[in-house]
Amino acid sequence: MRIEVEVNGRRVGGDVEGRTLLSGFLRDTLRLTGTHVGCDTSQCGACVVHVDGVAVKSCTMLAAEADGCSISTIEGQASEDGTLNAIQQAFQDHHGLQCGFCTPGMVMSAAALLKENPKPTEAEVRHYLEGNLCRCTGYHNIVKAIMAASGQDVGAIAAE
Amino acid sequence: MPKDSGIGASSKRREDVRFLTGAGNYTDDINIHGQAYVHFLRSDVAHGRITSLDTAAAAAMPGVVRIFTGADFEGVGGLPCGWQITDRHGAPMQEPAHPVLAQGKVRHVGDPIAAVIAETAEQARDAAEAIGVDIEELPAVVDMKAALAEGSVKVHDDLSSNLCYDWGFVEENREAVDKAIADAAHVTTLELVNNRLVANPMEPRVAVGDYSRATDESTLYTTSQNPHVIRLLMGAFVLGIPEHKLRVVAPDVGGGFGTKIFHYAEEAFCTFAARALNRPVKWTASRSEAFISDAHGRDHVTKIELALDADNNFTAVRTETYANMGAYLSTFAPSVPTWLHGTLMAGNYRTPLIYVNVKAVFTNTVPVDAYRGAGRPEATYQLERVIDKAARELGVDPIALRRQNFISEFPYATPVAVEYDTGDYVATMDKLEEIADLSGFAARRAESEARGMLRGLGVNCYIEACGIAPSNLVGQLGARAGLYDAATVRVNATGSISVMVGAHSHGQGHETSFPQVVAEMLGIDESMIDIVHGDSSKIPFGMGTYGSRSIAVCGSAMVRATEKIVNKAKKIAAHLLEAAEADIELKDGQFSVAGTDKSVAWGDVTLAAYVPHNYPLEDIEPGLEETAFYDPANFTYPSGAYCCEVEVDPETGKVTIERFSAADDFGNIINPMIVSGQVHGGIAQGVGQALLEQAVYDADGQLLSASYMDYAMPRADDVPFYTVDHSCATPCTHNPLGVKGCGEAGAIGSPPSVVNAVIDALHSGGMTHVSHIDMPVSPSRVWSAMQG
Repeated sequence: MRIEVEVNGRRVGGDVEGRTLLSGFLRDTLRLTGTHVGCDTSQCGACVVHVDGVAVKSCTMLAAEADGCSISTIEGQASEDGTLNAIQQAFQDHHGLQCGFCTPGMVMSAAALLKENPKPTEAEVRHYLEGNLCRCTGYHNIVKAIMAASGQDVGAIAAE
Repeated sequence: MPKDSGIGASSKRREDVRFLTGAGNYTDDINIHGQAYVHFLRSDVAHGRITSLDTAAAAAMPGVVRIFTGADFEGVGGLPCGWQITDRHGAPMQEPAHPVLAQGKVRHVGDPIAAVIAETAEQARDAAEAIGVDIEELPAVVDMKAALAEGSVKVHDDLSSNLCYDWGFVEENREAVDKAIADAAHVTTLELVNNRLVANPMEPRVAVGDYSRATDESTLYTTSQNPHVIRLLMGAFVLGIPEHKLRVVAPDVGGGFGTKIFHYAEEAFCTFAARALNRPVKWTASRSEAFISDAHGRDHVTKIELALDADNNFTAVRTETYANMGAYLSTFAPSVPTWLHGTLMAGNYRTPLIYVNVKAVFTNTVPVDAYRGAGRPEATYQLERVIDKAARELGVDPIALRRQNFISEFPYATPVAVEYDTGDYVATMDKLEEIADLSGFAARRAESEARGMLRGLGVNCYIEACGIAPSNLVGQLGARAGLYDAATVRVNATGSISVMVGAHSHGQGHETSFPQVVAEMLGIDESMIDIVHGDSSKIPFGMGTYGSRSIAVCGSAMVRATEKIVNKAKKIAAHLLEAAEADIELKDGQFSVAGTDKSVAWGDVTLAAYVPHNYPLEDIEPGLEETAFYDPANFTYPSGAYCCEVEVDPETGKVTIERFSAADDFGNIINPMIVSGQVHGGIAQGVGQALLEQAVYDADGQLLSASYMDYAMPRADDVPFYTVDHSCATPCTHNPLGVKGCGEAGAIGSPPSVVNAVIDALHSGGMTHVSHIDMPVSPSRVWSAMQG
């Protein structure tokens, strides 16, 4: 079947099977390979994108369900000139990523968190990330980066 | 004042920009025009004989290109093992064949039986379901001790038993150790399990095989920590492809932690199939597949005895360990419970007599190999748990008991064959006591108790051997490879530099930290230097990244190559400045004549090298490119002291990590921000092992914890902010940077302190009958222990 979606502000279409997952459509049909697939049980969160403004694990949604929706992925987060957005910049400033594989999902989840809770506490950040696994950072610098992106003074909250 | 560039600066990572914008290039992001897709049919039983395999119906399914079975691999080499262990009696280990696709028998759930290649991944998967396979199921061997019992079913019919080797170290010390233990004033005994883990890098494994009939060249894109090792093993031992016709590329790799060191069947298969079909083929593991095909880690069952004299000095250590190899020998599996484990049993302590016995066992489980720390976490856990238990039995302070037995003079030759070059265990313990605020613990415990919670504090030390390894030494110990590394420094005409390195970065940040070293040596800006890694056609023959070796071994090669560059550049500068070479100094990117104001800039020298109009052509060649291979003189010995504070809920047994502090000695440090990040991640993996993670097999050999629904990965709310410190630095004495390596420390150093803290909490609540709880220290285990 044919679907039409808006991805990062651009209208695109493609043919999908009924069983095609949104993650597969983004990666294989649109070649937007920034959205990663790290598991097959909707646990790891590497594939988080925003669908009509809501954070969704794109491996949990059929591409057909997204027909007509507006989708935002990691590729659409920086400015046209390449300037990182505040969350991306905080991840770099605070070393919130190592291998980078979970990072797109982390950034997209963080954006959703800060949209609904602009000044989250440490506990709120950690709780919100329950659906995003990272094996490299021990979460320390991810939590720090998200709190920094929210404008909080992380130097006072966490050591190096 | 922190530096803002060069060695010691927390330079922000340049690789982050592509990872943060979705522009990384991971193996699964590679798509080659015309590629077909691979799906492996894997055994769903742990042990069985394949009685029939009918692919006819599957081959007729839509989109199917071809189906391969074990029959297609007759005459093709099996997967090689890279390390041969010699047992206590001088005999070589038992080494079974490891076919690419099963030959008649399956030996673990996940063992590949057939591979379907189709036009789409979905068609390949659909067709695999249509393959008719009959397996006569055989009893599975899962428990190690049962596997060694007389009359046990054998995993490999052609081996004499399920014993891979029975290793003793140091065998000549055996009788003396037995006597010391018999004569000791006190002996503390502990039996424990080092739980089986799954490494779980977030990126599952992927292999893309490509082939050009026109040039007879094969290319493999793969999720590897060491592309040259894969090229060597696969080309020479499995497929018989000479190196110059085989290119292995490991692009951006989403974490490794050891499990992407090894040469896997899927890599050989995709390379083989691309040649057979003259067409690119791609395989991407699902996470479910990863659980039953990635090499697992740890899985030791150990009895340790610590002997002390009447003054509480350690006099001997004796251990007996059963180490699970799984169904086949993964690439470096035999080395992990032996040379990477036995040689560390002295820990940070003056123990004059040590004997380590290890029985490696075949079982019908996924192969077990190196996982972050690899042998050293197992050594540290035993030693630091038994010391804690001894302190309780003797009624002495566990920190004081450690301090009393610390090695304090360096170099120190242990009774287990290694010589520690430097360290200061008192300093790291002092630092730990400060950063962990031990003096405030009593108040924190009182506060916890006021809320009805138990609070415990656990401390441990660790030592590790990193920077693997002196090739002549490991050759004597059974390694079938050299373990040097290599770097090529290519200075371009305008002064920018590409450094091609054998090390591979899959999260470690080499693209940022390695240029810091070269920039410091040349006095130029880091941004002028790029690192090239991960492509065997671009980089010199280096052995890759594992064992915390990248900066210590490959970084040393890079320093040596840069020194050659400086030496040659000084000759050119001397010519340009009409001065003696001995008088040339290099500082801040300027070559100057000592004691004069004459100087020439870095870029003028590099341009002269490539436009040699005014150049000493009779003395030196044009161009400015140098390669160095570096083979370390010794291992490096990072060490440290860790402290964990837990709360235990006496109602449920749930353990919460309240504080975690780590004081490490990594020698000199290139990028403190990256080093701290490595420690953070290691601690989380160690906490995961201690509290959450376990690969669980049932008696039939079914992996029960085979997804993230069942295998408990640490999540953000399972861990606190950590306090880490690496200011106690005793530089390594035998490599040019004085570095020791930091990648594994957190995972090695953290599990014992977590368990020590839990035991301490229970004792504080009066449950003094609890002397040990095996990892993972889950609520049910803690609760059961509390009930007595």
